[in-house]
Amino acid sequence: MRALILDDSRAMRTILRGILTEVGFEVLEAASVRDAIAVLGQGPDFDLALVDWNLPDVEGIEFVRQVRAQRKYDLVKLMMVTTETEAGQVANAIRAGANEYIMKPFSKQAVAEKLALLGFKISQSEHA
Amino acid sequence: MPVKFEDFDFVRQVVRDHVGILLDTWKTNLVETRLAAIARDEKLASVDDLLRHLRARPRGPLSTRVVESLLTTETSFFRDLHPFEALRQFIFPDLIAQRQAQRRLAVWSAGCASGQEIYSVAMLIREHFPSLLDWSLQLVGTDVSSTMLEKAAKGRYTELEINRGLPAAALVKYFEQHGLEWQIRLELRAMVEFLQMNLAGTWCALPKMDVIFLRNVLVYFDVEKKREILARVRQQLHPDGFLFLGGAESTINLDNDFQPTYFGSAVVYKLRARVGEAA
Repeated sequence: MRALILDDSRAMRTILRGILTEVGFEVLEAASVRDAIAVLGQGPDFDLALVDWNLPDVEGIEFVRQVRAQRKYDLVKLMMVTTETEAGQVANAIRAGANEYIMKPFSKQAVAEKLALLGFKISQSEHA
Repeated sequence: MPVKFEDFDFVRQVVRDHVGILLDTWKTNLVETRLAAIARDEKLASVDDLLRHLRARPRGPLSTRVVESLLTTETSFFRDLHPFEALRQFIFPDLIAQRQAQRRLAVWSAGCASGQEIYSVAMLIREHFPSLLDWSLQLVGTDVSSTMLEKAAKGRYTELEINRGLPAAALVKYFEQHGLEWQIRLELRAMVEFLQMNLAGTWCALPKMDVIFLRNVLVYFDVEKKREILARVRQQLHPDGFLFLGGAESTINLDNDFQPTYFGSAVVYKLRARVGEAA
């Protein structure tokens, strides 16, 4: 499984990378939409992209639209990972083609549960 | 200040008397933290002062507050996912076929805490089995904690709670935002009923259930209480009904009338057919 993390915060990328590698993803990172498009253009197949909303060049939702405009990425799961918490923004992200949405701050368990919702077979620890 | 052994033992006994649960001996830190917080909130001079009040009235409202503060309330929407997949793919289609004559279906979330489990069932029904909305449908959540039930009935959750297991599409469809909180829409709340009930005490009158969720609840009781509760669950379940336990729980060595059955990745407990009964 391969994932792309698109977030301009190095700290956030590190946190997400830690969570994803622990459950078996190979991870690539990008700090802007332009970088992310370039990484995609280099050819590796992705199963998942975690996308921040507020980025230095254009909004992360624009990346979602661009990915969804290309049929070859139909199977890639896109999840917004953002501090944006308005109901309208969640709805807009889904309309643009995001499969899931998680609000910052989040727990590791919350990310694992979202990955399970997206159909990734990862082991989730049972909580009492 | 660390709680004294005899005080911890007393609090443990109060919890056991109220809800039948024996706190693990390693939970001294939890007891210390919760007692200190309650003492502050009640404007009592100290934890010792709080303990004096508890000893004077071990069944009063203050002891109820202490007990409720020590119960585990961890839950999430669509928790562990497999049980809900089993409901969607196998169990509800089966029950809908079996109950065509009665058009009656009842689901119980026992030990429901803040209600996410039974609301998940309600969302699943609206999403995948809307024909059930014309049936006599009873979705019941019970818990021993009045504080939890109040929260469950309001159906209001924080961002941290709606981050947990809830599909984004369901958030948009079934919740409305109130500042930093999200509330389940009225049409979904109206499908669900919450009742206060102590699983180790007297049970309120409930309908016979088609599906019972008793997940991550038995784990807190001793073996004898587990057996008692399972025996009563057996009476409460239709002979062809379905019981879900937590991933780390089982009926093995507790109640031989239940038989584990696999539906996809979910383990579901069914009652063994008795001699003379149809399977």
